[in-house]
This record gives sequence, C-alpha cells and structure tokens, in this order.
Amino acid sequence: MVRPSISSGLAGGLRGLLRGGTPGSVPGGPGGLPGPDPVPALAVPVDGGEGELLRVWRCVSSDRLGQAGLVLFVLVVLMTVAGPLAFGFNAAVVSSSPAGLLRPPSLQHWLGTDELGRDVFREFLSGAHVSLIVGLAATAISMVLGAGIGTVAGFYGRWADTVLMRITDFFLVLPQLPLVIALAAFFGQNLGIIILVIGMTGWPATARIVRSQTLSLRERQFVTRVRSLGASNLRILRVHILPNVMPLIFANTVLVIGGAILAEATLSFLGLGDPVQISWGTMLHFAFESGAIGRGAWWYFIPPGVGIVVVVLAFTLTGHSLDQALNPRLRGSR
Amino acid sequence: MSRLRYLARKIVWLAVTLYGVVTFNFVLFHLLPGNPVRLLARSGHLTPQAVADITRVYGLNHPPLEQYLIYLRGLLHGQLGISYTYRTPVSQMLGQYLGNTILLLAGATILTIAGGVLLGVVAASRRGGGYDSATVTASVIGWSLPTFWTGLILAFMLGVWLHAFPIFGSQTPNAAYTSELQRIADIGSHLFLPTLTLVIVNIAQFVLVARASVIEVLADDFMLTATAKGLLPRRILWRHAVRNAMLPIVTSSALLIGLVVSGAIEVETVFSWPGMGLLVYNAVLNRDYPVIEAAFLVFAIVVLLVNFASDLLYQALDPRVREA
Repeated sequence: MVRPSISSGLAGGLRGLLRGGTPGSVPGGPGGLPGPDPVPALAVPVDGGEGELLRVWRCVSSDRLGQAGLVLFVLVVLMTVAGPLAFGFNAAVVSSSPAGLLRPPSLQHWLGTDELGRDVFREFLSGAHVSLIVGLAATAISMVLGAGIGTVAGFYGRWADTVLMRITDFFLVLPQLPLVIALAAFFGQNLGIIILVIGMTGWPATARIVRSQTLSLRERQFVTRVRSLGASNLRILRVHILPNVMPLIFANTVLVIGGAILAEATLSFLGLGDPVQISWGTMLHFAFESGAIGRGAWWYFIPPGVGIVVVVLAFTLTGHSLDQALNPRLRGSR
Repeated sequence: MSRLRYLARKIVWLAVTLYGVVTFNFVLFHLLPGNPVRLLARSGHLTPQAVADITRVYGLNHPPLEQYLIYLRGLLHGQLGISYTYRTPVSQMLGQYLGNTILLLAGATILTIAGGVLLGVVAASRRGGGYDSATVTASVIGWSLPTFWTGLILAFMLGVWLHAFPIFGSQTPNAAYTSELQRIADIGSHLFLPTLTLVIVNIAQFVLVARASVIEVLADDFMLTATAKGLLPRRILWRHAVRNAMLPIVTSSALLIGLVVSGAIEVETVFSWPGMGLLVYNAVLNRDYPVIEAAFLVFAIVVLLVNFASDLLYQALDPRVREA
C-alpha cells in the first residue's frame, strides 16, 4: 500500500520512489489494520562494524544522487560553520539614511541591503544557522517520539500496538501546516516553541517505519534465544532491538530534516517566526512584506530561497541514498 | 458481506477521527493555557469587569466538561465563534473564502495529476534514458522547492519583470467588464500564476509515483505475454501497464490533498488570492484566534473526508481489498 508520509514531513514521502521497485515503503497505511508486515530482516544483526560502514559508504558514494547530496552537504556545512565566523551579522545595526535601503549588490554589500539597510549577505549567512538549528532540533524531537512509539508498538504488540498505531494514524492524516500554524499562533513566537511544534508533528511516518522493522526483529530467532536465556524485555529492547533499528532511524532522520527545514521556512514566511532570530523564512517574510518583489529587489528574496533549496536537497539526496543502503526493504533493488 | 464490513470499518474510523479532531481542537484552543481571554487580559488595559464579561460571553466560567458540551452543541449548530477583526460570525465568512479556494485548488489538482501521470509514464517507458534522468532530477528539485518561494519567483519573473500576468487578488480592481466572458477571462488570468506555482511544486510526487509503479508493472510476466502477442508497444504501455499501475496513483492523489492544503495557504498569501489560505494568513497576522481555529477544523475535516473517499475508491478499484 502506498502511503508516502506527506502529512508528516515532506521529505519522508520521497523514500523509495526514485528507484524502480515498489513505490513507497511506509507499511500499513492509515486505513489498514496494524497487522504484522513481512519485512525482510536486516542481513547483518547487531554490530556491522567497519565492513558495514564501508559498504554504506560505497553504496552512497557510487550513487549519482548520493554524490550530489554529499557535495551539497559539504557546501552547507562550510557555509554555516565558516560563514558567520568570517562575516558576523548584527540584526540591530540598521542604516539611518534612506539612501542605504534596498540597495542592489555592490563591493561594500555583496548581496545588497535589505529594507532596513542591513547587509543581505551577512544576514543570509546568519539565517542559515537559525534554519539549520530549527531543522535539526525539531527532527531530534520527531525521531525520539517516532522511534520510541514505533519500537514500543512493534515490540509489545497487542493493545499497546493498536492504541499507539491508531494515534499515529490520526496524526498522519491531520494536515501538518494548518496544525503547525494553529499551534505556533497559539503558543507564541520563539525558537523553542517553533522547534517543539514542528518536532511534535513530524513523527508519525517514522513511527510506522520503525514499528514494522521492530515487528520483524521481534520474531527473529536470536531474540527468542536470548529470551529463553532469561533476558528481560528491557534488555532485549536495549541490546538487541534498538541497535538493529538504529540504521533505519538514522537514514530516516536525514530525510526528515529536509521536511523540518521547509516547515520552519514556511512558518516564518507566514509571520510566525521568531522576530529576534532571523532565519531564511523570516528574511523572505520581510522581503515579501516590504514589497521587495514589486520593487524588483531580487538580491533580497533570491538568496534565502536558494539556500533553503540547497539545504533541503542536500539532506534529501543524502538521506535517500543512505536509505537505499540501510533500509532492508529498499536494499539491493535499485 | 466483507464489502459491507470494510465500509462499516471505514465509517467508524472516519467518525472516530472526526470526533478526535473536534476534541483535539477544543483541548488546544479552549483548555490549554494561552486562551484568547487570558491573552486579551494580559495587555492590562481591561477592567476586572470587562474580563468577567468576556469570560461569560465565551462561556469560560463553566467547568471544562460543560464547556466541552457547549462547544460540541455549538459546532453541531454550525457556530464557529466570532472573528475578532471582522466582528462577524466565522461560519458566515468561511463560505465565500472556501469557494475561491476550491476554484483555485480544483484546477491546480487536476492539472497536477494529469501532467504528473503523463510525465511519469513516459519516463518509465524510457527508463534509464536522458529524458528519464532529466525528469527524475527535475522532480527531486521540484520536491525541494518551498511553495511560497516558487510563487515569489514566478510573481517576480512573469508578473513584475515581464508584466505577463497579474500577481494580486482574483480580479482587476475597479474593472468595468463589458461582458461576463471578459470577467471570467480576467479571473482566469489572475488564476494563472497561483495555479502554475501549485502544479510546479506538487507535480514531483505524481511523476515519481507514476514512474515507479509503471516500472514495476512493466517487469511483470503478463507484459511479456502482451509483447509476445504482438501488441503495439504504445498500446501495451497505456492499456496494460498504466491501468495496472493506477492504484498507487489513486492513493497518492488522495494524499496530495495534504500538500495541496498547505500549498493553498502559501500560494494564496503570495498572490493575495482571497481564499481560505489568505484568511489564515491575515488571521495569523491579527491573531484572530476564532478564525485560525475554524480554518484548522475545516482543513482537517476536508482532508479526512478526502482520505475516506480515497479508501472507498481504492476498494472499488482493487479486487484484493474488496475481498479481504
């Protein structure tokens, strides 16, 4: 059943679509009963060690889309880490003379100035930081929730599974953007709340994927064996299940980051961003509100958008490639 | 029998989720800290008398359970509260805006699905070729485009730069139309850019789903049989492969509604198209909570209903689901 996770994290929906095989790999759609999914189990249980790492690296670096993703990824890291160090930005320093407002690029201001006379290039570099922090932190919340709910539902089964999967299905069908807007409008405009809101709405797809993998692991022989040796549920989860689900969670994390960054940009563009911490979305909000489009101030609204596209592409392509290498459902069926 | 049971299960699930959305809405907007009256009172300009009055008007002096029942009763009577900025009942405002949004979304969705399937099927039939990789690359980039930014760029290029299309509103202000046809043409030209934006950002999903599912069907044994029978390649592709690949395409059409709803909010904001999305944007700027709340409810219910419809369609199309 094809249920790419659109309502919960945009990038998640790409998984599995770029190759030729079964489209979509989120097992058991919102409509279906949460029955056991026949998942081919991981070939290498527990510690894959260096060989496994090497295999993943070879897989990612031989994939054309993966290569593109890695290059963009390095570019993004350089830009966000080195950029603000070399070119500091102070949002409070504004131009006092009208002659300095919305100026086109010059030697002094490489990407011109904004409607308050601030340097767009420096603003762009510092905005990268905010966008990435929100994307990463929100994804961390989504992953903890999704992985936690997924493993508990898959491992304990029965009523825990039914209840948790019904809740997951409920959040899977809720439209994410209106929900996020409502939450952000209600709880206020600061970075912490935005992170929380995006994180709390981005987990359902991950929960489903992790659950199906846990389900298949639970039935594997090595789990039965350690259980008969007297291992407790908690120990089995910690030592035998989690390490095996981890690669999948990791690949999924990288995919979800792109969606979280897009969600932050959209929220900020709609005027729900943190007014103090200027992100790319916030820049675009002010560009739009100050009429930069009608005045043809392309240097103001093109860079933040290109930045968003490059970052989202970097994470999506890398994540997709990692997914191919790590997800047993997709592996080997390019 | 099994068919009825499937239907019954879907209806029960729809009822449960609808109830869940309504309750979620109530808890979120009426019970959690940060409710509108507290926000109003926080400004410090209200007298205690005024606070008491507002509390009574909104029924906040009742215990939570009673508030919940009052809220449910109000919803059943179509009461969605009174807008802070427009001072009119929200339910009356929604009708007009909803109509404009449907006008925009219907066209954009049909174009997205038709165009996406066409591009995807052609890419699948030329798998591995230049056209195929170009389509996949373009789709991945399209996937990464923020909807609102795509709208801004199109508005800049085609609207501000080339003056080819209007970028504001749904009609030319103060226009004197000589005929109804002229009015429709005017609305059509205003629809062009928002529609184009939605198609560009949403089409990737369809291209990729259509391509992947056709490729999968093409690998099946019966395709070999069809070729062996001497059928024309074009006929094999469109009559045999595409028909069997329709299921995933139908499912993702229903899922598109989630994207489309989000896209509507962004695109209507950029082009000031007077629909639900613009209403939400203005409500956000003015912190008009009853409108935000109602809009979320409407969006959620629409998405739930479309999902329900797709489940039924899925059952009608797939004999395996029908018999299961």
